[in-house]
Amino acid sequence: MIDTCITAYCVINDNKIVINGETYFKDNESQDFNEFIKAAYRFSNINYLKFFKMDRLCKLGFVVADLLIKQTAILEKYDSKNISIVFSNRASSLDTDREHQQSINDRNNYFPSPSVFVYTLPNIVTGEISIRHKIYGENIFFISNQFDEKLLYNYINTLFSSSSTDCCIAGWIDIDKNSYKAIIYIIEKSTNNSKDIIFDTENLKKLYIKN
Amino acid sequence: MKDVFVISENIITSLGFDTEENVNNIKNYKTGICKLDKSDFWTEPFFVSLINTERLNQEFSNISEGKEYTRFEKLCILSASKALKNTPIDVKSKETIFIISTTKGNIDLLKNSQDFEEDRVYIDKAASIISSFFNNPNTPIVVSNACISGVLAINTAKRLISAGLYKNAVVVGGDIITEFVVSGFQSFKSLSFGPCKPFDVSRDGLSMGEGASTIILSSETKSNIRVLEGASANDANHISGPSKTGEGLYIAIEKSLKNSKIDATEIDYISAHGTATPYNDEMEAIAIGRAGLLNSFVNSYKGYFGHTLGAAGLAESVLAIYSLKNNFLFASLGFENKGVSEDLKVIEKHKEVKLNKILKIASGFGGCNASIIFDKI
Repeated sequence: MIDTCITAYCVINDNKIVINGETYFKDNESQDFNEFIKAAYRFSNINYLKFFKMDRLCKLGFVVADLLIKQTAILEKYDSKNISIVFSNRASSLDTDREHQQSINDRNNYFPSPSVFVYTLPNIVTGEISIRHKIYGENIFFISNQFDEKLLYNYINTLFSSSSTDCCIAGWIDIDKNSYKAIIYIIEKSTNNSKDIIFDTENLKKLYIKN
Repeated sequence: MKDVFVISENIITSLGFDTEENVNNIKNYKTGICKLDKSDFWTEPFFVSLINTERLNQEFSNISEGKEYTRFEKLCILSASKALKNTPIDVKSKETIFIISTTKGNIDLLKNSQDFEEDRVYIDKAASIISSFFNNPNTPIVVSNACISGVLAINTAKRLISAGLYKNAVVVGGDIITEFVVSGFQSFKSLSFGPCKPFDVSRDGLSMGEGASTIILSSETKSNIRVLEGASANDANHISGPSKTGEGLYIAIEKSLKNSKIDATEIDYISAHGTATPYNDEMEAIAIGRAGLLNSFVNSYKGYFGHTLGAAGLAESVLAIYSLKNNFLFASLGFENKGVSEDLKVIEKHKEVKLNKILKIASGFGGCNASIIFDKI
């Protein structure tokens, strides 16, 4: 088996962003997710106008990925064809599905919109991140009842052993009604850095629960 | 790495409830895409491929003991149950995993929950209901990655079995026609004004279809069809439009060929995504050209039973595998005059051709693309 490590991780939960265990941004004022994620976007100096068109799931994943990609400089290190993205969640795109459903509930007030409908798939966030950073690697989106460290671990291992993955952006991005949580890990072949965390199910789960 | 074999399959579409019935209708150049004048799906008439509800309920009642299931669940359970028949697979074993491919699952419950519990609209719930029907002890794996879900699900099964994590996988894909999806595609103006015409010069959009399909893969039970390597790749270009250079699909095909250690010239036939939207088919043609596959025969099954979303990659792979086993290729229904810039060998009439290796490809919203290779031994 190939020796792989979690070289960085980032969490967004409860109006707070944590990178590698340290609080990066905390917002006690925002009343809801939309206000919070906009504040986080501004704080992080992300300059990308398409951000404002995205749905909530995409905004959540986009900010986490942007911070991690800057932090780890993986784009400079690897061929962008060999950076894979493996995401998972429980609610799929239900957050936007409900919005699309609202627009067609009444035949007398019928306004399905392509700009909403396109976000009724969970993997659009993978597309948004890929477009932003020009990442051409493998993609998959899993739906599971809860964070499934065994599935992520097993699948990601098969990617690394297939020789066309050098680095993996992986994790959980979920938004449903009033709750949200994202945790994304950067997994690379061991870099011999003392801060590297061994990539195994125990560490995946531990970091997920702790944050 | 263990070899992985295709040991059984099933397709349920408007053209039939098993592979044989679908194949017989396809052999007669029959399409299941019909004009629907009045429906709950859309405000105006449109063309769509629907599964006969009466027959579904009747066939389902033969296998179920009265518990209530949704239309999506019935289709998936019926398809898996038909595929499992006459296989030695022990579905109650920890070594057998269910992998479910769907884009929207029970999304119709969002409008009207029809006496089902509220969480039934969550795909993980629907998936566990499907695998529980067979008393499978594992949590099912759900792949929901737009229109490449089916191909990705086969590839996921292949990889997990190859790595020795499971011995068998029951890969089930399904999606139903709902007002939710029809209104969305209509808002994109991407539906055709007649049965769709993949790769044709006059193609004007896609036809939607509903379906369920199952492929059973195994490392312990062998067959003469082996699954080689699959891959996926993103276009990194646009969330709802395919890349003009076919970048992601080209990368996915290249990776599949390289990791399978085979040359492009060895691919005898490509089962394309071929949705019949102007942009998709042109993008596929470009990617096929770039990958050096212009000598391979190409078809799309969308003209027969429409775009079945989460079932598409599976149903179309089942037919491609049928071709591989029987050395028989099916025409690309709706195709008359070439309407893409590359010189694709689109199949115009059914024909007998000796086949050894075939490629299945798919592309979808979010800029995603996938490919997988099947090999006859």
